[in-house]
Amino acid sequence: MKIDFVNFTPIPALIGGIIIGLAVVLFFYATGRLAGVSGIANNALTKKDNRATNLLFLIGLITGPILYQLFISSNVPYLINDNSIIIVLGGFLVGIGTQIGMGCTSGHGVCGISRFSIRSIIATISFIFSGVIVVYLMNTLGLN
Amino acid sequence: MKNILALISGSIFGLGLTISSMTNPDKVLGFLDLFNNWDPSLAFVMGGAIIVTSPMLFILSNNKNFIFSKEIHLPTNNDIDKKLVIGSLIFGAGWGLVGLCPGPAISSLALIEMPSIIFVIFMFIGFYCSKFIKI
Repeated sequence: MKIDFVNFTPIPALIGGIIIGLAVVLFFYATGRLAGVSGIANNALTKKDNRATNLLFLIGLITGPILYQLFISSNVPYLINDNSIIIVLGGFLVGIGTQIGMGCTSGHGVCGISRFSIRSIIATISFIFSGVIVVYLMNTLGLN
Repeated sequence: MKNILALISGSIFGLGLTISSMTNPDKVLGFLDLFNNWDPSLAFVMGGAIIVTSPMLFILSNNKNFIFSKEIHLPTNNDIDKKLVIGSLIFGAGWGLVGLCPGPAISSLALIEMPSIIFVIFMFIGFYCSKFIKI
């Protein structure tokens, strides 16, 4: 392992993280609910309770990069794999996995770890572990 | 008013994701590239968020005084079961394939890029299909 100092951006990462934290706190203070995105997205489609709240949170997520383009910089870096089979499979696995595991990076990784939930700590270790393995395999096979 | 606060909270969340470059799949894959050329930025994003949420969620949970809710809604399941681990491993595999997790995937729809649109459609198909899987 070596650290990629060229791409490492600790300051924007920390500032962005603090802003994400403030958003989670605001959502909790307003609704009494944790802002786990996979749960909110699934509930927005399948549950009538709080549907408008959930949908508006998701619309808010989409306005984030637009606000960034308006007030900070017109350039939002975006580089993604151009293989559509990988995109389809990736989206599908993220969808299935977050529902079976009941949480994603926000629900388990931020909200759960903040509450010292053992479940969330184990979930976070699990998804980072399989993510690291898959990236290693993809690099080895030259698919990235 | 509750819905307006949800919208504001979502936009702040999306702005934070964009500032920290989490809407860029390549940046996230850099974090998962532990064995080669590791970019630790994502750990700083999670750390930055947790510094804020850990004390604030604790205080708000104790006060139980929410603007638009009389009750607190927190997970009650404490079991470490197969579902938790297998589900999270499956999620991580998809995350490692593309570099998008649910929040950044939805935020990146703003960039009107076809891969993100396809990813989000299949993520929702995955949400739906998860109901038929028994673990």
